[in-house]
Amino acid sequence: MAAALVALNLGSLGAVASRAGGTAGLTAADWAAARFTLMQAVVSAVLSVAFAIPVARALSRRRFAGRGALILLMGAPFILPVLVAVIGLLAVFGRSGMVNAGLSWLGLPPFSIYGFHGVVLAHVFFNMPLSVRLLLQGWARIPAEHQRLSAALGFGPVARLRHIEGPMLVRVVPGALAVVFLICLTSFAVALTLGGGPRATTLELAIYQAFRFDFDLGRAALLALLQAGMGIAALLVLARLTLPDLGGTGLDRLAPPPPGGLSRALDAGWISLAALFLLLPLSMVVLRGVPHLTDLPTAVWRALGQSLLVAGLSVTLLAIMVVALTLGGLHRRWPEGVGMASLIASPLVIGTGLFIVIHPVADPAQFALPTTALVNAAMALPFALRAVLPAARRVQADYGRLSGALGLGYGGHLRWVLWPRLRRPAGFALGLGAALSMGDLGVIVLFAQTGGETLPMQVQRLMGAYRTGDAAGAALLLLLVSLSAFAVLERGIGGRDADT
Amino acid sequence: MLTLDAVRIEQDGFHLSADFSLAGGTCTAVLGPSGAGKSTLINAIAGFVPVAAGTISWQGRAFQTLPPAARPLSILFQDHNLLPHLTVFQNVALGLKPSLRLNQTEVGRVTAALDRVGLSGLADRKPAQLSGGQISRAGLARVLLRDRPLILLDEPFSALGPALKNDMLDLVGDIAKHSGASVMMITHAPQDACRLCPQTLLVVDGQVAGPQDTNALLADPPPALAAYLG
Repeated sequence: MAAALVALNLGSLGAVASRAGGTAGLTAADWAAARFTLMQAVVSAVLSVAFAIPVARALSRRRFAGRGALILLMGAPFILPVLVAVIGLLAVFGRSGMVNAGLSWLGLPPFSIYGFHGVVLAHVFFNMPLSVRLLLQGWARIPAEHQRLSAALGFGPVARLRHIEGPMLVRVVPGALAVVFLICLTSFAVALTLGGGPRATTLELAIYQAFRFDFDLGRAALLALLQAGMGIAALLVLARLTLPDLGGTGLDRLAPPPPGGLSRALDAGWISLAALFLLLPLSMVVLRGVPHLTDLPTAVWRALGQSLLVAGLSVTLLAIMVVALTLGGLHRRWPEGVGMASLIASPLVIGTGLFIVIHPVADPAQFALPTTALVNAAMALPFALRAVLPAARRVQADYGRLSGALGLGYGGHLRWVLWPRLRRPAGFALGLGAALSMGDLGVIVLFAQTGGETLPMQVQRLMGAYRTGDAAGAALLLLLVSLSAFAVLERGIGGRDADT
Repeated sequence: MLTLDAVRIEQDGFHLSADFSLAGGTCTAVLGPSGAGKSTLINAIAGFVPVAAGTISWQGRAFQTLPPAARPLSILFQDHNLLPHLTVFQNVALGLKPSLRLNQTEVGRVTAALDRVGLSGLADRKPAQLSGGQISRAGLARVLLRDRPLILLDEPFSALGPALKNDMLDLVGDIAKHSGASVMMITHAPQDACRLCPQTLLVVDGQVAGPQDTNALLADPPPALAAYLG
């Protein structure tokens, strides 16, 4: 299994390398794409984390009705299909969206969401909440004693920032920046819908264009190499940082009462702003989608079927990978590295590689679904492993000797110890995998032809054809199916809390 | 009789030598400063730490190469003796059959063990719903059910209050007396050693000394032990 994963990554890179060059070297436009990719990732990371800091601080120290729900909501964008968010953002910030309606009412010139700032806006929409969750863990790890100490010693905001929160942020912020940067580095669907044109093209998008419009495999392969090179360089630079965990939110501990007055008003402002920024686009998707949900074109339902197929296959593959790497990783370190390796090659890089491999022997379109499922599983694997493997190691440390002393044997240990303790993280991991696969618009666009679209691809087609109503309805359907897929797997596999 | 013959344990630059015998049916305390190797000794006998040289035997049969469950002993750890997702009944029954497929007689034996430690009526609870003392009792019920001739205690009662701890020590003494089992117990408290164990092994600087009479040892402790006891 591990060998298959390594082969998938390195093989794609090899295939890509073998075909690179071909027609011509990199053009000025390609270097512009590389610069744009880097710039938007840096700006998106900095803005996401910068906004997340005050929001996380406000959320960590205030208690109010709906706080738990809001924190839960902060986790939603991670499993939200990109296109659903884009449609929501267009409804708010787009040409005929709410913001522009307000501007024109005030007699101000309209604002265009397309281009650099649109791409960054969408990335902040996805990654600010993620950063909030990462930072919240940082705040949660400040010992309650330190909080009480700062209250007992009468620390003001400056002293608290310097002695208590500052040191924590110094440890947590670099990791959060790195995570967001890595995610934005392989941005495809956002750039496809909100970017484009010579000045707002990411490398992933350039790969797709070289593929789809020019059918220049050599150039696509060259671009893929460049993308992979940037990914590897970023990983090497960022490897020193400990990337934070995704799961876990132990947040409710007794801390001293937070400061009132102005800081209270500011906190309320940040929380409302963040909630509005998240909820407004999502409610617009629901509001605009509902009227069209009942009379969607049959192509949408066919696409839904394809998506379910892909997601089902992808989750199965993911489960096999996670099981193999977890069992292998209980006492060894390298399976973890294998799982993380898929961070190196981006979806379109792997897609290009697989296309190059398949193309000479068969029609790649026939392999669209299995390829997409495989790539989706490989992409979800790093997150899934981060949820399951540390939990498995903890179980081993806590109960490994007990199993040995009682002679449970391998089967007994699996059945009575590992599985009951791991089904919750496993449910979360596979739910994540299902939602990510369901909402993914990436490698499928290289392979699929008319009739073979997945639901996200179909939504994109409808948007491209300016069938806004149908696109809104299909986007709502996609949202519902993605969230249900997550919920069904998380609950179904995770079960109730078995300890009580 | 438990015999450690020229046993040597090596772990990341740490060495422990042991060469002693304990008569069957006795209770022996294991005393010594923190980090001296008490837990290492117990874990080596239980099979969780490999032995570099020497033999460990029970009634003349060497068992240092056997897997933990095949050794003639039961062990209670400091923590994590019960699986939190299983009921008290299931946790205890694991000591009888890891498959948990019990016949009528076996169910009766588990119930009897629970009765014996005073947990009748709590069989269906999960460990999270038990007090510290009840958790210890459930662990002891499993030891009772396994009915091995040697019981190793790696400070399982250290989190309990004095009165509760004395109850547990008396329960262990009771179980050992009825089954004829030997007990080896790590402890930090001299009074616990006095209460249950007439003899004591002293672990200092990677050497196991003894066994010697507990009361005599505590009345006139060697310098290392005196410094530890304060």
